[in-house]
Amino acid sequence: MAWLNWWLYSSGHQPVGLDPPLPDGVNISKEARSAISRAASVFVLYATSCANNFAMKGKRKTLNAGDVLSAMEEMEFQRFVAPLKESLEVYRREQKGKKEARKDKDKKADSEEQDKSREEENDDDDERMEEEEQNEEEEVDN
Amino acid sequence: MAARPSGGENRLVSLPLSRIRVIMKSSPEVSSINQDALFLTARATELFVQYLASYSYKHGRGKEKRALTYSDLSHTAEECETFQFLADILPKKILASKYLKMLEKEKRDGGVKEEEEEKEEEEDESEDEDAES
Repeated sequence: MAWLNWWLYSSGHQPVGLDPPLPDGVNISKEARSAISRAASVFVLYATSCANNFAMKGKRKTLNAGDVLSAMEEMEFQRFVAPLKESLEVYRREQKGKKEARKDKDKKADSEEQDKSREEENDDDDERMEEEEQNEEEEVDN
Repeated sequence: MAARPSGGENRLVSLPLSRIRVIMKSSPEVSSINQDALFLTARATELFVQYLASYSYKHGRGKEKRALTYSDLSHTAEECETFQFLADILPKKILASKYLKMLEKEKRDGGVKEEEEEKEEEEDESEDEDAES
């Protein structure tokens, strides 16, 4: 649960959120941390189920951003909607930027460089996922 | 699962997306999840964690000792409507002895001797003996 500790304690780094971080020096018991972690999982499940209802209403099989936002309203977390929309915009721009960077790389490449840049691309894409998976304390069995 | 806060890159979300995806996919009837939806869910979960912790601390008794305790969280789940969906996984804790008494009471259908109760009454909340209600 290292991510949770980091998240709860690093008030300086918290992205724009709505609630004040815990004051400095506040201790969070091990039990409380474990409880928060479980609560987060339940939240994800609840949100997903709710979002999925909206997707099904729209006769879609793929959950999209709108479904998640609608779910937040449904769950009475309207306060999240505005900051989520903001974050989404930034995220989309970032994704777009990455995509274009990749296209540029491909254009410039000769065969030797192509191999190199492909490695970099893969690293780039998977970097987040890999780091996250590598660093996970528990393995989730599928 | 450490998301690095330092370094040039300022991540948009620190919760591990792969983990969030696994949980989402475990939900029945969900076929696929668009990348934006995954991101938003992760981000929403972060906001949720902040909200839960902050609210619980503010309204709880732990802050008397500058701590956020399980009891604060459980209290929030019970008292605050927005967080009621957590009530089942954050039950209030009671002493095992009290729980056993409750069971006995149910069996006997209401008549527990006063004397017995006074003898066994304990005041402190030792977590070692807690049972979930």
